[in-house]
Amino acid sequence: MQLEYFLLLAAALFCIGIYGLITSRNAVRVLMSIELMLNSVNLNLAGFSNYLDPENIRGQVFTVFVITVAAAEAAVGLAIVLAIYRNRNTIDMEQFNLLKW
Amino acid sequence: MNLAEGVQIVSFGILGLMMIGTALGVVLLPKIVHSAFLLAGVFISIAGLYILLNADFVAAAQILVYVGAVNVLILFAIMLVNKQEDYVELPGRTIRRVATGVVCFGLFALLGTMVLATPWSIDTTSVPIEDTVVALGEHFFSDYLLPFELASVLLLMAMVGAIILARRDLIPESMVAGDPISTKLTLPERPRELATLSSDTDQQN
Repeated sequence: MQLEYFLLLAAALFCIGIYGLITSRNAVRVLMSIELMLNSVNLNLAGFSNYLDPENIRGQVFTVFVITVAAAEAAVGLAIVLAIYRNRNTIDMEQFNLLKW
Repeated sequence: MNLAEGVQIVSFGILGLMMIGTALGVVLLPKIVHSAFLLAGVFISIAGLYILLNADFVAAAQILVYVGAVNVLILFAIMLVNKQEDYVELPGRTIRRVATGVVCFGLFALLGTMVLATPWSIDTTSVPIEDTVVALGEHFFSDYLLPFELASVLLLMAMVGAIILARRDLIPESMVAGDPISTKLTLPERPRELATLSSDTDQQN
């Protein structure tokens, strides 16, 4: 097994996440795309920790920290989506222009 | 990892195909519930890839935290904001999609050439450690103690913030009377359903 396979897979997942982040109009799907991008970064970290630093696995430590931050982000992000839905009665990303101009 | 090389490559191929396929489903499917269930497939296949990378504790944490908590949270959010919404088609939407696809593919090509062109200094001499849980615990309580404590504070702040953002405000009935002030800067909000204190106590009795 090669390190490059894992890195290419993580890069593909990251690009899919960016595509979903930009094109989707449902706010919940945007949060899902952010989760995809965070997972691809985690895959990168685990790959580096296995192939470049197998003695003291620092990459896995950072993977656990990223998982923690992702869980906190999901909770706060979904609470924000819920609050916006109560106020505006829509979750269309194109209509969220409160702070635009 | 004491699996044979062929087994590793075959399982990597299966997990990779599953991950890419379900991730494309998450992004492209029209129904949001389907993409929420496919997101669990992405998380599970990534946990399998962690096991291939000798990261067994991280794989278990991935299943517990992502599939057990984050995905269920997303499903609850979908149920709470479930509304069949006919999105108004905007002009130039297909152009935007195509442009985003081109940019993402270009980014993937850039990352791919970077990955393939970089000479990675792969450590082949040292054997991977057997007990990753013990090693991770030693890291957490020695050289990564401060980030560990900060992560706990961050989780507490996220919990309090999510409760404050998502709760309904209780307004006493004496304050409800009177027209809401409307200025030039008032945001276009739907009037809130006021959950007043007195009606709540009536229902409890």
